[in-house]
Amino acid sequence: MARITLKNLKHAYMRNPQRDEDWALKELNLDWDDGGAYALLGPSGCGKTTLLNLISGLLTPSHGSILFDDQDVTRLPPEQRKIAQVFQFPVVYDTMTVYDNLAFPLRNRGVAELTVDKRVREVAEMNDLTATLGNRASGLTADGKQKISLGRGLVRTDVNAILFDEPLTVIDPHLKFQLRSKLKELHTRVPNTMIYVTHDQTEAITFADKVVVMNVGEVVQVGTPKELFEEPHHTFVGHFIGSPGMNVLSCDLKDGHAYIDGNRIATANRAGAGAGKSEIGVRPEFVKFAGHGLEARVVKVSDAGRFSVVEADSAGGLIRLLVEEGGAIPSEAARLEFDPAATRIYTDGWLAGRAGQP
Amino acid sequence: MNKTVNQKAWFFVLPVLILVAFNAIVPLMTVVNYSVQETFGDNVFFWAGLRWFEEILRSPRFHDALGRQLFFTGTILAIEVPLGVIIALAMPRKGPWVSVCLVLMAMPLLIPWNVVGAMWNIFGLPELGLLGKTLNTIGFDYNYTRQPGDAWFTLILMDVWHWTSLVVLLAYAGLVSIPDAYYQAARIDGASSWAIFRYIQLPKMKRVLTIAVLLRFMDSFNIYTEPSVLTGGGPGNSTTLLSIDLVKIALGQFDLGPAAAMSLIYFLVILLFSWIFYTVMTRGEEQ
Repeated sequence: MARITLKNLKHAYMRNPQRDEDWALKELNLDWDDGGAYALLGPSGCGKTTLLNLISGLLTPSHGSILFDDQDVTRLPPEQRKIAQVFQFPVVYDTMTVYDNLAFPLRNRGVAELTVDKRVREVAEMNDLTATLGNRASGLTADGKQKISLGRGLVRTDVNAILFDEPLTVIDPHLKFQLRSKLKELHTRVPNTMIYVTHDQTEAITFADKVVVMNVGEVVQVGTPKELFEEPHHTFVGHFIGSPGMNVLSCDLKDGHAYIDGNRIATANRAGAGAGKSEIGVRPEFVKFAGHGLEARVVKVSDAGRFSVVEADSAGGLIRLLVEEGGAIPSEAARLEFDPAATRIYTDGWLAGRAGQP
Repeated sequence: MNKTVNQKAWFFVLPVLILVAFNAIVPLMTVVNYSVQETFGDNVFFWAGLRWFEEILRSPRFHDALGRQLFFTGTILAIEVPLGVIIALAMPRKGPWVSVCLVLMAMPLLIPWNVVGAMWNIFGLPELGLLGKTLNTIGFDYNYTRQPGDAWFTLILMDVWHWTSLVVLLAYAGLVSIPDAYYQAARIDGASSWAIFRYIQLPKMKRVLTIAVLLRFMDSFNIYTEPSVLTGGGPGNSTTLLSIDLVKIALGQFDLGPAAAMSLIYFLVILLFSWIFYTVMTRGEEQ
C-alpha cells in the first residue's frame, strides 16, 4: 500500500525526441493517495497504457521519476515494485488449476504452504472462484480468467497498487456490469490503491473516485466524475465525457463577454485578454427551448428512452439538447436558452480564466 | 430444417478420390496381394496365406532390424527434441538476427538427402575427411566403415545435424506466438526462468512439439537414403535399419512375398507408434 507520486514524468519511444509530438507521454506531475481508486481515461493512443506501464515498471521513463511513498522506484523492475497488473487479455497459466494459479505468486515468493492455502481460499471467496478452485484454469470463461488474473494480485499481501489495463475488453457485455461492480466492491474490502485504464467513460466513472482524463500524451484534467461533468477544463473533456457530449459553439468576444451572431450569451466565466480561438461550451442537459435566446432550426430528433436528443442548427454550429419524454419540440424554427451557470467560455480549447492555464 | 440431398456433390470429391486411389489405395492393395502369395518367374503366383507374415514375425533378422530401428529413432528423438527446444529458446525474438538465424536453421533441411549422406560419408573418412582425420589426429581410433560403434556415432550425428532444425523451427514458431502479456504477468508474479519455461513456454509449445515428435518419429522410422549412402547398412549388418533390410529383401533377393509382408508389418508398427505418441501427448487436453 502506497502513495504514488509522479514527478516531471515524460516518456518517448524513440531515442532522440525533438518535437512535441515525439513524446508518447508529455511531462506530468501527479499525486495519488494511498488506497484510492483512480481511472486513466482517454481515447486509443492517448498514452494511458504507456503511463500504466511506466508505473508497473514494464517501461522505464525517458525523463522524471516515480515514487511509491518516499521510495524512488523509477529504475526498479516490476517484480521489485510490488505491484499487480491485470491485462487486457486474460493471462492464466493454462496447465494449472485455478487454485495453483492463485497460489503461484505466493509460491514463487517462498510463502509457507499453510499461509498460501489460507490466502488462496480467502481470495477465491472474494472473487467467487471457490466452486471452480479444482478446475483447470484454461477451461474457464473470459470473465473467470480475468478474476484469476485479479486474484493473483489480491493474494499477495505486499502489493502497493493494482493496475488494470482495459480489463473488460474481452468480457461479454452482460457480464461487464457484474465484473465492474465486483471490482468496486473489492476496492471497498481491500485497502489497495487501484489504477484503472480505459477508454470507456462509464467504466471510468463507475469505478473511480478520481478520473485522470488524457489526450494525445497529455493529462487534460484530474477530477471526480462530478467535477468532470460539471466543470470540464477542456472542450475535449466536455466532449469525451457525457452522452451526448458537450456542445462546443464558435463565438465572438467583446469585453470578455461571448456573442453568437450578435446575441450576447450569459456565461459562468469571463474570457481574459488572450487572443485565441474562442468557443462556448454547454452540455445538452443545460440547453432548453424558450421564447427568447439564440435562434436555431431543429434538424433531427432521436429517441433515447426517457429523453429525446434534439439536434438544432444555429449560427454557432450544431447544438444538441435533451428534451424529456412528452416535452414539446418545435417543428422547425426555435429559440434556445442556455443555463448561464453551466455555460462557459473556452480559449484555444481550455477553460478561460482558470489560473495556470493559457 | 430439411437437408437437400444432392448426389451431384459426389462429383466434387471425385478428383481427390481418384488421386488418393492411385496414390495410396491401389499401391497398398498391390502390396497386400503380394504378401499372401508366392511368386516365381514369369509371373506365376501361388496362394501362400499368412505364411510370410509368420515367417517375418518369427525371423531373428527382422527382430534385429526392428531393434536397431527402435534404438536409432529413440536416440535421435531423445537428442533432437530437447536440443531443438534449447536452440529455439536461445534464438532472438526480435531484430535483424532473426532472419539470419532462420536461414541458417533452414539450410540443412534444404539439402537433398543423398547429398547429406554423401557429405557425411566424405566428412567421416579417416584418412581425408575433416571429421575422421581430426578425430584420428587427436587420438581417437575412429573408422566408421569398420567399427559398428563409430558407424552408429556418425549416423546419429548426421541425423541430429540434418533434422534438429525442424524441431527448432517448430518450437520457435510456438514461442513467438506467446503474447508479451504472459511474460509481463509472470515477471509481476515473481516467476523464475524455469517457472516461465515450465508453465508458459512449454504448454504453449506443446502442440507444435507434438507435431515435431510425430514428424521426426515417422521420418526417422522410414529413414533410408542417408544411412544407405553413408554406411549401406554396414559394417556387417550393424546399421541395417528396417528400410535398408526391406530393400535388400525386395530388390536384392527378389523375395516379393516376404518383402510385402514385411512392408505391411512395418507400416502397422509406424501407425501404432504414431497413435501411441499422439494419444499420450494430447491426453488431458479436452478436460
